[in-house]
Amino acid sequence: MTEPKRVAVLGVGMHPWGKWGRNFVEYGVAAARAALEDAGVAWPQVDLVAGADTIRNGYPGFIAGATFAQALGFTGSRVSSSYAACASGAQAIANARAQILAGLSEVALVVGADTTPKGFFAPVGGNRTDDPDWLRFHLLGATNPTYFGLYARRRMERFGSTAEDFASVKVKNARHGAANPNARYRKQVTIEEVLASPMVADPLHLQEICATSDGGAALILSSVEFAKAHGIKPLVTIDAVSTVTPVYPNTTIEMPNFATDSSAAVPLPKMGFRPSITAAIYEEAGIGPKDLSMAEVYDLSTALELDWYEDLGLCGEGEAEQLLRSGATTVGGRIPVNPSGGLASFGEAIPAQAIAQVVESVLQLRGEAHGRQIEGARVAITANQGLFGHGSSVLLRR
Amino acid sequence: MTGTPAVEGFFDPEAQALIGSKCTGCGTYAFPARQGFCPNPHCGSDTVDLVPLSRTGKIWSYTSASYQPPPPFVPADPFVPFFILAVELAAEGLVVLGQAVAGTDAQDLRVGRDVEVVTDVLFTEDGENKLVWKFKLVEATK
Ligand SMILES: [Zn+2]
Repeated sequence: MTEPKRVAVLGVGMHPWGKWGRNFVEYGVAAARAALEDAGVAWPQVDLVAGADTIRNGYPGFIAGATFAQALGFTGSRVSSSYAACASGAQAIANARAQILAGLSEVALVVGADTTPKGFFAPVGGNRTDDPDWLRFHLLGATNPTYFGLYARRRMERFGSTAEDFASVKVKNARHGAANPNARYRKQVTIEEVLASPMVADPLHLQEICATSDGGAALILSSVEFAKAHGIKPLVTIDAVSTVTPVYPNTTIEMPNFATDSSAAVPLPKMGFRPSITAAIYEEAGIGPKDLSMAEVYDLSTALELDWYEDLGLCGEGEAEQLLRSGATTVGGRIPVNPSGGLASFGEAIPAQAIAQVVESVLQLRGEAHGRQIEGARVAITANQGLFGHGSSVLLRR
Repeated sequence: MTGTPAVEGFFDPEAQALIGSKCTGCGTYAFPARQGFCPNPHCGSDTVDLVPLSRTGKIWSYTSASYQPPPPFVPADPFVPFFILAVELAAEGLVVLGQAVAGTDAQDLRVGRDVEVVTDVLFTEDGENKLVWKFKLVEATK
């Protein structure tokens, strides 16, 4: 096994999630300044700004790296902007990490922020009949929750999951999120309340589907040598990043497609897309699921969090409900999942979300996650998946 | 069913069949049809034929659109909730999404049930029907 290719996380920062209705740049700048302060680094020391893009806020959103750099005051740093839908943040992290490891950057700012509309995410406007994201809304009325509903129903059929099992994920995450000052929803809920909320995409109720939020998150990354010389708090490193695509044929229906790949002529790959994302990171880091202290996963829906348990190898296929019911994935259990409160408590601020997963992991590994701290956390994983086939996973270690 | 497809190229309204592509090199299917290249990474062929896909399949999963989707979806006024099915076409090795026809009863939906592809109205514009493919449950033979 080769040594992991480590970079240090010097600082983390967030702008609280909510529905603030202000320009996304404000949230990104607030998060960046918080991360700089946490790192003890002055803005002009940053030699690379890696922005995670948003497509909802016009041209400044497409060029997020430069937008945030300009807002903080141009210093002549290197700059990059990455778009990979929900995985945009991981791409920005991967970019900054690669440049640090290559010796091209010493201290990098990774930042993402979003301002979202009310209700369902809708595609970019116009009459775009060559864009599958536009077509799925126009021809099918297939929103993001449509896909979550399809996965949830499939899970019920395959494994006998119940509506109560799914609702229990929300109850757990709401309990975690209640202790997180950056979370948008900080109220605990009961199974009965979740199941009494309106049905959105059968079998999923309103409270089981993540909302869309405004928010911002940022990281200051550096080489391990710089971090040691800088003399920071407990040294937390990023040991591996996975940004893989699926392997053809991907036989799970994925947003925004309206068909899977064909398995008629090409044999199925060893594993599906989601497990392949985490398999790649375990291989790169040279560890396995048993080494984890915690996981932050993309709970776009309650049922999807259960899929992730299995895709991460926390339990076998069809065993996620049992793992949840055992309390293992609650803070205080064997392998807490979404100690931040997850998307259930945050709602999704797309370009910030993969970065926010890393922020929570760093706070947990440093022992600074007050009110929701996992005792003795050493190794954290984040997992996520962006529209169109973007894997996203980050492995951190103290 | 008179009218024109809401967007051309996805299905044949007369034949009530989806139109996909089939690679002349390796036989891989794709829906929507790929134009001019095969999606199989080990193939590299740039010749594909347009072919009608199987008219019947089995429900892989299903869900509801209980709330009105945003544009560019064109809702009925008032909005009527509907179901969306993911249907497995065995011969092509594909799972394809489509709306269930109006009047489909939730009680009748079950993973594994047989459905057929039908042509139906998606919305009406200036008095003209805009058509789409939908799925309809095939009555179980006794
Ligand atoms: Zn081919």
